[in-house]
Amino acid sequence: MTQTTLPPVEKTQPVSAPHGKISDRSKSERKLGWLLAGPAFLVMLGVTAYPILQATYESLFSYRLTDPANREFVGLNNYLVILSDTLWWQALGVTLLITVITVAVELVLGFGLALVMSKALKSIRPVVRAAILIPYAVITVVSAFAWQFAFDINTGFVNSWFAWIPGVSADTDWFGETGTSLLVICLAEIWKTTPFISLLLLAGLAQVPEVLQEAAKVDGATWWQRMTKVTLPNMKAAIMVALLFRTLDAFRVFDSIFVMTGGANNTESVSFLAYRQTISRLEIGLGSAVSVLLFLSVVLIAALFIKGFKVDLASARGER
Amino acid sequence: MTEIPGQHPPERRATAARPARSRAPRRLAGAAAGVVLASTLAACGGGGSGGVPTLTWYTNPDSGGQAELAARCTDAAEGRYRISTAVLPRDAAGQREQLVRRLAASDTSIDIMSLDPPFIPEFAAAGFLAEIPEDVAERVTEGVVQGAIEGATWDDELVAVPFWANTQVLWYRKSVAEAAGLDMEEPVTWEQIVQAAEEQGKLVGAQGARAESLTVWLNALIESAGGSIIEENAEDPADIELGLTSDAATRAAEVMNLVASSDAASPAFSTENEDASATGFESENGGFQVNYPFVYARALGAVEAGSLEASVPEDYGAAVYPRVDPDEPAAPPLGGISLGISAFSPDVDLALEAAECITSAENQAFYFVNDGNPASKAEVFDDPEVLESFPQAPVIRESLELAKPRPQTPYYSEVSGGIQRVYHPPASVDENTGEAAAELISAVLRGDQLL
Repeated sequence: MTQTTLPPVEKTQPVSAPHGKISDRSKSERKLGWLLAGPAFLVMLGVTAYPILQATYESLFSYRLTDPANREFVGLNNYLVILSDTLWWQALGVTLLITVITVAVELVLGFGLALVMSKALKSIRPVVRAAILIPYAVITVVSAFAWQFAFDINTGFVNSWFAWIPGVSADTDWFGETGTSLLVICLAEIWKTTPFISLLLLAGLAQVPEVLQEAAKVDGATWWQRMTKVTLPNMKAAIMVALLFRTLDAFRVFDSIFVMTGGANNTESVSFLAYRQTISRLEIGLGSAVSVLLFLSVVLIAALFIKGFKVDLASARGER
Repeated sequence: MTEIPGQHPPERRATAARPARSRAPRRLAGAAAGVVLASTLAACGGGGSGGVPTLTWYTNPDSGGQAELAARCTDAAEGRYRISTAVLPRDAAGQREQLVRRLAASDTSIDIMSLDPPFIPEFAAAGFLAEIPEDVAERVTEGVVQGAIEGATWDDELVAVPFWANTQVLWYRKSVAEAAGLDMEEPVTWEQIVQAAEEQGKLVGAQGARAESLTVWLNALIESAGGSIIEENAEDPADIELGLTSDAATRAAEVMNLVASSDAASPAFSTENEDASATGFESENGGFQVNYPFVYARALGAVEAGSLEASVPEDYGAAVYPRVDPDEPAAPPLGGISLGISAFSPDVDLALEAAECITSAENQAFYFVNDGNPASKAEVFDDPEVLESFPQAPVIRESLELAKPRPQTPYYSEVSGGIQRVYHPPASVDENTGEAAAELISAVLRGDQLL
């Protein structure tokens, strides 16, 4: 049995439209488009392009906020310092580890929740959706504190509730080691952002044409066959977009680490490294360089997804 | 908070003889108003209030004592100025971050700020602090304990007004010390208390978390052993001479490891902060802890709330910080708050006057009793009201006389951050830790490494 998707439909062109020339009407439409999108475009330039350019410029200097008189052009030296420091590679490793673990678990969990939401009885559907979405509405810092208090050796309940699990006892210090700290950080992240991924997947599920499902049923396909041959192939675009958004988001992890460990026991992420240089040490130059590298990593991930996995953002929105 | 209130020419706020304008809201009700509101109000409302300049005092969070002092000094000023307060973040590092960012942008809305001593050199070297005239300096240091003056001094000049002085003492459970046969009237060493606690199956609390408190502990150990974290050239990042490889530092590392890896350390020692130490000390396993005086007020509060037996704080005893060397006096940590006057304040003279008012002996006594924060003026410790609320006041005063500040350098956050990275977890500290930390800090200061 092959995968079944609907053939892509060409946008219907008006038969009378002359080829190769832009009509007055579409000209004025294009103009209106720019007028409508223009202000937002300018705002985006102001709030994203300007800071990015400024950070890139400042990353070329040795510049301490409390000592502006000694600002000095150092070229790419800040980048050299960062890339030759094991701390950077370690932070990058921790960030990638957190990203891979959380996104993988969230994808599976989120898909399950999306199925529950789409199949739930109509009467309880709003309640189920609201319940699933609550964690996403919680502020990340608040969620991080809640998880920290839960696992804390003095105030937490986890040690006494889960003492039956081998390795957990009243004396387990979750934030005392790298592995256990990262586990709690990942758990908090997964709890918090699974609703986001499940919401995107729910939208994808709704796009799977009912006709195909029915046709497969008539042909005698089992539930599993329908899932793997009909539902998933038709949702590919939605899945890839959900993955892309969550990966970019996960790569910038900061709040949970800041609250739970403060970067102790080698749990520093790349964002945390940028924070420490820029905000704590006030080394604007070095910190900007870390931020620029973080930005480039994010661009690289996005490019990999879009080119490598052929994610089509437009098709996910149902535009084609 | 990145918001920077609109700036305006200083003369709009400074002159008292301007015709009265429409009255701006005079006071902010409630702490919820927050920093943004308060600073914006101060910045835009200066010309209002009938020409009375409003001084904005950035305070660290407390139990409301500083807001009360602001009100008292506003009354005492008889209309020459009024003081409004704006609350800074909870932890010292967060307070510094916010103040530095505002001051680097020449924020004129800050007049007075409550500063933690280790950050004073950085602020002074950056030119953020207004000069304190000699006559004022003389008045505000009269009868102040030596440690507090040292903490407010940079480059041989007094750059901040000492307000309150904090120090750690050795808290012990009288019952535990008695059972172990320790005479707490005599000075004790770290070895003695660890041994006593291990024998009795009790805890020794200290701050092993990767935070500023770890630097506080290490500094106290090194100073007690007769060394210093920075030996020479504190103001030159390329030439700074660190004392982390000295014999005193090696001995300090030994003690740190002894405490952290003993059976008397809590299983969560590597994440233990001041509050966790206090919680452990309140529990039935409580034996000893080094901690600030707040733990006594905290225990009394818990009794009042019904979550702690009244017999527990009755069992609390306080002694001077444990010694590293049995024959040399200990050097307890020095903390507290000094008042910095912003160099960008349009009303430096009035701000100085207000700082003098806030730090008067009477107000320090009030603050000691109300918030549990020890005074920097020695005479306050003889106040009968203080003695009644704080039976440990004489021990605190003795500790303050012995206390040594943390390294004074404009590069404090690098020094402390480097120490926190290498000396954590404390149970892994050994004779090579000092060298590793010194190498890291030097490389970071030279700009060769990240922190």
